[in-house]
Amino acid sequence: MNTAVLRLRDVHLSRGTRQVLTGVSFDVPRAGLVAIMGESGSGKTTVLRAIAGLEPFEAGRIEVDDVALEAGAPPPPDRLTLLRRKVGFVFQFHHLFEHLTVLDNVCLAPVHVRREPVADARRRARELLDVLEVDHRAGALPRELSGGEAQRVAIARALAVDPPLLMMDEPTASLDPARREGLGALLQRLCGENRTILLSTHDEPFAKEWATRVMYLREGRVSE
Amino acid sequence: MGYKLPIINYPFLASAIVLVLLQTPTLSQPVQPPPAPLRWAGDPEGGAPFVEADPRDPSKLVGFDVEIADLIARGLDRTPSFVFVTFTSIDQSVDRGDADIGLSGIEDTLTRRAVMAPTIPYYRFREVLSVRDTDAPRLRSLADLAGRKVATLGGTIAYEILLRGERDYGLVAVSYDDDVHPYTDLVLGRVDAVLLDHVLAERRQRAMPGFTIQPDAVAIGHYVGILAAGQAPLRDRVNEILKRGMRDGSLERIFRKWDVWNDDQRPPYEQVLGGETVPPVTALQGASDIERLGVWDTTKRYLPLLLRASVVTLVLSCAAMTLAVALGVVIASGRVYGARITRAILIGYVELMRGTPILLQLFVIYYGLAAAVRLPAFLAALLGLALNYAAYESEIYRGALEAIPTGQLEAARTLGFSERQVLRLVRGPQAFRLALAPMTNDFVAMLKDSSLVSVLTVMELTKQTQVFATNLGSWVIPGLLCAGIYLAMSLPLAALARRLEAKWKAPTR
Repeated sequence: MNTAVLRLRDVHLSRGTRQVLTGVSFDVPRAGLVAIMGESGSGKTTVLRAIAGLEPFEAGRIEVDDVALEAGAPPPPDRLTLLRRKVGFVFQFHHLFEHLTVLDNVCLAPVHVRREPVADARRRARELLDVLEVDHRAGALPRELSGGEAQRVAIARALAVDPPLLMMDEPTASLDPARREGLGALLQRLCGENRTILLSTHDEPFAKEWATRVMYLREGRVSE
Repeated sequence: MGYKLPIINYPFLASAIVLVLLQTPTLSQPVQPPPAPLRWAGDPEGGAPFVEADPRDPSKLVGFDVEIADLIARGLDRTPSFVFVTFTSIDQSVDRGDADIGLSGIEDTLTRRAVMAPTIPYYRFREVLSVRDTDAPRLRSLADLAGRKVATLGGTIAYEILLRGERDYGLVAVSYDDDVHPYTDLVLGRVDAVLLDHVLAERRQRAMPGFTIQPDAVAIGHYVGILAAGQAPLRDRVNEILKRGMRDGSLERIFRKWDVWNDDQRPPYEQVLGGETVPPVTALQGASDIERLGVWDTTKRYLPLLLRASVVTLVLSCAAMTLAVALGVVIASGRVYGARITRAILIGYVELMRGTPILLQLFVIYYGLAAAVRLPAFLAALLGLALNYAAYESEIYRGALEAIPTGQLEAARTLGFSERQVLRLVRGPQAFRLALAPMTNDFVAMLKDSSLVSVLTVMELTKQTQVFATNLGSWVIPGLLCAGIYLAMSLPLAALARRLEAKWKAPTR
């Protein structure tokens, strides 16, 4: 039985003349907490973006559960729809919807994508915010949040649609040491039979302490 | 070969030059400084037989008013110098001293006699009704025109007569800015009759078939020269020159040359030469005569008209803005999301609408398209304003859409939203907040730009103010009222926009 939730095979991606990924291959086992390490500009973020269907790639193949992305043109819309039920993304700069409150940021996708009743979506959103210890900020606008609060809201927003694979880009970049520890413990709690986490970071101690597996991205390729 | 230097006696040369220099002033001493030219104001757009550019040499002016200006200038021992002034502004222009006298088929009115210094009348005209040939047997007088549209030039005696006709006969007065389009619109069927001077009607009939001039005049009026109130002494000298022209037949020769002489001219000439005063206007149809009301009575009469015109301005602006916003959103979406060809077409549209004058666009929509689609004036005005403003709105929305960070759009996509949902739920609402301030700005601009549609005969606030001012002979009260009404419309709008902005910017807890 295949336990990998994510498989990359020989993925090539370039921006203009610059080769960013030159044959990236790896598997991420289900329920793992996997970290991709690498220097700035090594292509960590690009790998995550390609998996989320935000970047077309020239060669290779990406599979998330049973959804496959082919090289070449951007994937067709129905493929993307399937993909995005599988993958959640927490961006380095959070990218919360500036015009909506914290609660509405979290509820928006459950209501409009998953067609959940508003009351159910709100109740679940509050539970998530509570787990992430930002429930007291439910009525605030994103610009009123601290960096750590915004990150936890972004996590809640991604988790609200319950994706099997949650990806996080540089999650510790804007956190003080205490928050960093808190985040590690939280991510460990979130991992389980139905949730795999893949994160990019250049914070080696964090990766070593919390990740079940650490990969290195160098010169466009991955090594363990 | 010998070469001989010319012998020059330098001391002699120097004294000769000095002598010449000294002589020069004494030579010119008896010559008076040239007389100041007689600056006369007119509008060549009025055309022949009044004032028009010579078809053979457009830099020269011809017309009976040009020749009367020459006659007056000669009598004053001055040279005529033409000053171009828009017809409706000749009074104000003469009053502020841009010209000494206005001559352009200017009507004698009680108002002009009260606030300016008009000359004695030099030409008597008849206000005549023109109707389509097929209507000629039925529509013979103002009384036959109940419920029908009657066109004329705004701010004239004819317009005053039509305003009275609205009350007395229930006709609908339509004001134009020129004397050509009333007749083209008559033939097209946009109006049912035109009331104007017989000089204008007959001239237009020679150029354009399809309408009949009814033989019975509606009123009698006169053309005069117009001077500033403080120029009464000059006016009196001009009057003497005109009287001489009546006596020695030079005025008759001028009018005969332009083919507008008739026997109507003799009675007023005899009255003037006999020392009598000729009444400015004599109404021949209708009970109410043209009288001059006081400032207060005129204001009381025009205030309801101003309010009605401000409703037109407000409704027109709101409707045009709504349409412009809707179209602007479509254009902006097409420019942000559309295919290359769609984008190119939309850029072409935006640049065309921004790059050409809105006045030209209004003319094209109303008059240019008349052969294919005969749009009613209000609808044409609405469309013209909306199509023009849509171009500006679309640029605001495009800018606002593009200002929303890509990161938020990608975040929405990774959550599973379709592109349409991203626009509706994430990008659109934020762009709208960004666009709100420039949009309000445009709405306030629209309120004022809507005054341009008076060229399409829509009687909005500015045009009505102009008519009021012409009737009153002063801009002070009409101007203040007009400004007050515009502010009363725009200030609440600005306040509303500020509240909306504040509401969406404020943190909600």
